[in-house]
Order: sequence, then C-alpha cells, then structure tokens
Amino acid sequence: MSNENYNIYICGVGGQGIIKTSVIIGEAAMNQGLKVTMSEIHGMSQREGSVSTELRIGDYDSSIIPNHTADMLLSFEPIEVVKGLNKAHKDTKIVFNTTPIIPSSLSSSDKSYPSVDKITSTLKENFNNVHAIDGDKLAIDAGNIVSLNMVLLGAIVTDDNFPLSKESVIESMKNNLNPKFHELNIKAIENGFNAVK
Amino acid sequence: MNLKEIVTGKKGDKQFLLGNEAAVRGAIEAGVSVAATYPGTPSSEIGNVLSVLAKDAGIYFEFSTNEKVAMEVAATAAASGLRSFTFMKHVGLNVASDSFMTTAYSGVRGGMVILVADDPSVFSSQNEQDTRHFARLANLPLLEPSNCQELKDMMVYAFDLSEQFELPVIIRTTTRISHMRGIVELGNIKEIDKSSSDTHWKKGIFKKNPSQYVPVPAFALSMHERLWDKIEKINDVSNKSEYNINLNSKNKLGVISSSSAFNYAYDTVNKDGIDLSLLKIGFSYPFPKKQVYEFIKDLEGIFVVEEVDPIMEKEVLAVIGEYGLNIPVYGKIDKTFPMFHEFNQDIVKEGFNKILNYSKENYDENYSQSLKDLINEVPNRAPVLCAGCPHRSMFYAVRKAMDDLRLKNDDVIFASDIGCYTLGINPPYETADYLLSMGSSIGDGGGFSVATNQKVVSFIGDSTFFHSGIAPLVNAVHNKQNFIVTVLDNRITAMTGGQPNPGMPIDGMGDVAPEISIRKIALATGCDFVKVINPMNLEQTIDTYKQAFEHEGVSVIISKYPCTLIKGLVHKPPITIDENKCNLCNKCVNELACPAISLQNNKIVIDSTACDGCGLCMQVCKYGALKR
Repeated sequence: MSNENYNIYICGVGGQGIIKTSVIIGEAAMNQGLKVTMSEIHGMSQREGSVSTELRIGDYDSSIIPNHTADMLLSFEPIEVVKGLNKAHKDTKIVFNTTPIIPSSLSSSDKSYPSVDKITSTLKENFNNVHAIDGDKLAIDAGNIVSLNMVLLGAIVTDDNFPLSKESVIESMKNNLNPKFHELNIKAIENGFNAVK
Repeated sequence: MNLKEIVTGKKGDKQFLLGNEAAVRGAIEAGVSVAATYPGTPSSEIGNVLSVLAKDAGIYFEFSTNEKVAMEVAATAAASGLRSFTFMKHVGLNVASDSFMTTAYSGVRGGMVILVADDPSVFSSQNEQDTRHFARLANLPLLEPSNCQELKDMMVYAFDLSEQFELPVIIRTTTRISHMRGIVELGNIKEIDKSSSDTHWKKGIFKKNPSQYVPVPAFALSMHERLWDKIEKINDVSNKSEYNINLNSKNKLGVISSSSAFNYAYDTVNKDGIDLSLLKIGFSYPFPKKQVYEFIKDLEGIFVVEEVDPIMEKEVLAVIGEYGLNIPVYGKIDKTFPMFHEFNQDIVKEGFNKILNYSKENYDENYSQSLKDLINEVPNRAPVLCAGCPHRSMFYAVRKAMDDLRLKNDDVIFASDIGCYTLGINPPYETADYLLSMGSSIGDGGGFSVATNQKVVSFIGDSTFFHSGIAPLVNAVHNKQNFIVTVLDNRITAMTGGQPNPGMPIDGMGDVAPEISIRKIALATGCDFVKVINPMNLEQTIDTYKQAFEHEGVSVIISKYPCTLIKGLVHKPPITIDENKCNLCNKCVNELACPAISLQNNKIVIDSTACDGCGLCMQVCKYGALKR
C-alpha cells in the first residue's frame, strides 16, 4: 500500500461482468476516502464485442489512462489482453484469464485464434510481471462459473502497490451483489487471490 | 449500490455515480416534475434509471415515440409552470430540432433543461456532430460539465437559470462524461408541493398567451427580439460564471478548454509538469468573451483544447479580433490538434509538444518481433447478433429467397436502419447497403424504388418504426412505390438496453399501457401485402420473402419474435450435435455466424451456455446432425 495513485485497465468480452467488477473497486476506493474516476463503454460493444473499463484511483481528472502508464492490466480473455497492451509498460502487472472466447466473426475472417500458450510466452518475453490464470476453472472450483469476475477481482488485490485492502473490496462486493452469492463470491475472490499471490 | 439510493441519498452523502446517474440525481434535486426521452447511447441510462425511480421521485416519465415528441412533452410542461427535463443523444436533437428551435422563441415558465450527449469517436452513432452548434443556431444557453459532480451540480443550476430567464438551457455532455463514473456529493432535494395533484407528480396550469406561445408571423418577430434581449442578459451571467475557472499560473502560454477535453489538458499540465495557464469554460454559450479577454490579454500564445469542431477556437479568434490583440492560437484550424475523434491525454500532449518542443519521454515499446506479430495476428471482436437473435433468421431467409428467385446481390438494395440489425452489414449476411438516420430505411427504400429498377428490401425495428417509420410508410403506399418493408418486431428497444416502446403493453414507468399494433397501422395505409410471420419458421419466412419480391407495390413483412435478451424470457434447451451425422459442410458456421456455433479442431462445437435453443441451425442443417 505504498502508492495512492493506481491505474487499472480492465478488458474482456461483453457479458463477463467487467463493469460490475470495476464499480466494486471504485466504490471500495471511495469508501476508503480516495479519489477515483472510471470510464466505461456501453452500447454496441455489449453484443459480444470487446469491453473495457479504465479505473484511476488518485488525483486524476481524466478517466482515460494515458498509454503505457497502467499499473495493472487485467483481462478476462486471452486475446483481449493483447489489445490492451498499449496501456502497459514493462513492469505493469498483467493478469489474464486463459479461457478463450472465440469471436464468431472469425469464420468469415482470414485470421485465426492464436494459441494461448503462445500468448503467454510472448507476453512473458516482453513484460516482467505476467500472470496467466485459469479463471474459469477457479470460478467453477468456487462453485459457479458466474463468479469469474470475482476470481479476477481477487487477482487485483495481490499487487503490493494496490491501494485497497482485500477486506474493503469484499465489503464493496457485498454492497453491490446479491447476498445469496456472497459466500460463493468470497470463495472466488480468495481463489483468484491465491492463484496470483 | 442500489439505484434507489439515487433518490434516498441525503445531502452530503457521497455516491460513485455514472454521469448519466448523476444527471438523474441533479434532476431530482432540482424538483423536476416531467421528464421525457427517446433512448439513445450515450444518454440511454438516464432514461433507464428514471424509469425505475420516477414514481419514488415524484416525476412523470415517459419513453416518447421520438425525440421531437419528448421535446414537445417537456416544452409544454415547462410552459405550464413545471420543471421539465428532456435528454437525448446528439442525433436525437436533429429529430427534435423543429420544435426545439421554437422553444427558444416561446420560452418557458418552469425551468426546462435539454441534455444532449455527443459521441466523439462514434462509439455507437452514425456521426460526430457537435451540439454546441445547436446552441448558436437556436440561441439557447449551453453548459458543458467535465465530470459527474459538475454534471449533477450544473443540472440544478441550469433549472434555476432557465427559470430566471424563461429560456430552456442545454447541457452538453460527451460519451466520456455520460459514461464516466466518479464520486458525487449529493445536495438537497427541492421540496415540491403536490398536495393539489391527483397524480404522483405535480400538475401545473397553462396560462393562455398566444403572443408568447403561437409563433404566427405577427408574433414571431417580436419573439425573436425578446430572445436576443434575454441572450444579451445571459451574456453577463456567463461572463461572471463560476463554472468558468481561471487557473492562471502566470505562464505566458495558456490553454482554454471545456468538457472531457479539459480533463486531458488538466492532467497533462498537472501530472506531466508542463506549466501552462488554464481557463476552463463550463458556461460556453453565450461565450464568455470578457472572461476570455481577461485571461488571454497578456498571453503570448493560446491553446484551445476542445473535442469535435473548432467552435471555441473561432470564438477566441473573434475575441482577439474584437480587442485588436495579436496572439497566436493553437487549435484545430492550424492542425495542432486533430479535427475529429475524441481526445485523450496522449493526443493533448502531442499537440502541446508541437509548439513547446519539451523533451518528450517517448515510451520505447521495444517489443520482440513475436509480440509485434501477435498484435497483428489477433482477430477483431466485432459486435455480433446474439445467439437466438430473430434478425439472423430474417437475413438468412431474404438471401435464400433471392437465391431461389435467381436474384443476384446487385439486384437487391438493402436499406437498413438504426438498431441491432445494422449489424447485418457484416458477412455472411451483408444486408445493409444504405443508411441515413433513425427511421430512414422506409423513405430510402421508396426512393430507391423510384430511382432504380433494382429490388429494395428495407429493415426497420419495432421501436424505430414507431419513432419515424410511419410517415414514410404512408408516403410509400400513397405514391405507389414498389419495395419490401421488413419490420423486425423483437418486442423491445433492444440496442439501447431494452426499453419499452408503443408496441408493448407497458410504459416507461412500468405501468400497463395500450399496445399499438404495427400490423393494423400497415393495414390502415391500404397496403395490400401485410404479413406477420414467425422468423424461426425458416421455410415460411423464405416463402414470404419470395411472395413479397414478386408482389407489385409495397409489401410489409412483420417478423414478430422476442429479443433473446428480454429479462424473464423462457429459453428453449440448447441444440446438440450428432457428430456421426455431421459431414462438416460448415453451413451452420459459415452462413449463420451464430456466436454459439464454432468450428474447433475440425469439429462443429455448440456452446451450450451460449445457445439459446432457437433452432434456426437445425433448419439449416441438411444432414439432420443438429437436434434439440
């Protein structure tokens, strides 16, 4: 908790719970008395298109993270992490879920889906702090695949520079999600936390 | 956070709100009685939130059939002494513009705020138009918030201002303000006396005054004079406005900026240690020329940082001209900043650097060749029609009907419209050849049928049909045009997030409402080919298109089937594949482009969590390999 300025770029595919995850972090920051701003994209991108949010904890007016200045790049999907790399620098903590979501437009494209192992090794070759996790499996272990976003939320908390405590993130989760799933979500947060820690 | 807290939150509470939610809180604090909109991104969530909160907040709220009607509902409420709020996306104001222009002439009694959300970089629009021109066209005051707190505060201020000068006030946001989330400290909610009302909202009284409200030529001229009189008085207000903030650092180079662009300029100065004087313009029309003069008079150069059109830049050049100054202006006109797209800190920095030449700490990407290759290889993830979307079936069927009738691609023009079905532009459907605006597909279709001998198929959604499709349908039948109108009635306003429309038995506040029949409207025009079909019956759908292609005159095909995203909808069990029967013809993958079907390791795979069970693929498979 050495730094109060912290920029997180979160990306993935519409429907994975990316905005909710980001709101939970934002509210946790607010409740901890920190300044926070966030950018989200709605609309056409929700139809299984790419979705991203940008969260800036600290003294920022703009909600957009300048290129190569993110402290963390968190991707819910392996090719989306590649698209978010313009926000990362050498030491950005990069965490991504290894389960691919194959774009259905691929069948009419001349491109193919790259192998996840290749993505992992290429990222590790170029960046110093890369963590590939099987988020889908960790979510299922916790009890339900719908808790995938909580697994990735748990992964965020592992960064030493992240200014929020796990407890305050869990508290914020409780304020935002159905009590029926609190236990499942806490388990998922722990799974994500332990996978990256 | 529960949305209800937007109403129940007390003065001093802090909430982490979306810009659009902050606008709702502002409307509630200001004591709005009537609110109306037609949904449009990036302003849609204002309506979504109001539809949930309207009753608790003492507000009448409606999803109007279009923005012009919403403008009229708000204008008449304000003429009746109530506070009213209408909001729309930038292109929505085009639709509303006829009545909008006259509201400036007639003015208001209760406060009226028009929030318009611009979309620089067209995240979900057909253009990048700049609403600040409209303020000048109509001569109405315009405020530009830069963050969620300011948006909430400006809403409250705008109502006071509107009431004081008896003119509607425009608040212009951009996507990055409407879809920004930030900490908002709440204010007091204005008490509204509803004791004499029989409804959950306050009722007003309209006091007749034709010389104010009926712009016949005899009155319109004096109305125009009154408008100029008001604007001159408001000019004094904008020149003293606290929303124009002078952050003079004594540096001889200055920046004038507004809206989201200000945030990038501010962070660049603040974080990158580039010392520049800053003037933030929040009250941007009438342009605060005196404040700007005070800011620039001793400067040696001025950056104007604004998104979309160089409007403030020209205003600043006018100030320089009027006061006989000689200061260079760095903006869009001299190409310091790009003329289009939204800005960010990197773009603003690059612009500053063109003039300042400060040492640029260029990030050295220094990526390995394999990473550069990977970045190029990664496929795009374009938005697609959902699994189970009824539009897919219609697009597939029209193509099959064309094949059966030996109509080639160039023989048929597809006039598309604004909605999810615009995605028909993508392969394999390729059913969008021309598009102008909301509701344009029917007028466009009629026009093509007059101008060419090609066949024409128009695609329009249910909500879009009600929005602006009815008048062109009447026109098409009356003028004996010859083309096919497809109404894709998926029982919801889908693309903007699932708002009700007049074809549904529910209104914007969740109450039961009369359901307007698209079929009866079509029949009432005298059209002699009106068919309602179930698009998931593929054979019938193909056959209906074939009949329509051979029919002389206007044919109306109404595809009636619910959007798969409608909450509470019962979905059928997913489709499974019998690999023994599948001969890998890939027809299901290539011709349907359904997100639930993919080819993986030389096998057709159906993602059972994504599959909606619509059964279209079963009807397309010639080998009976797909079954429920």
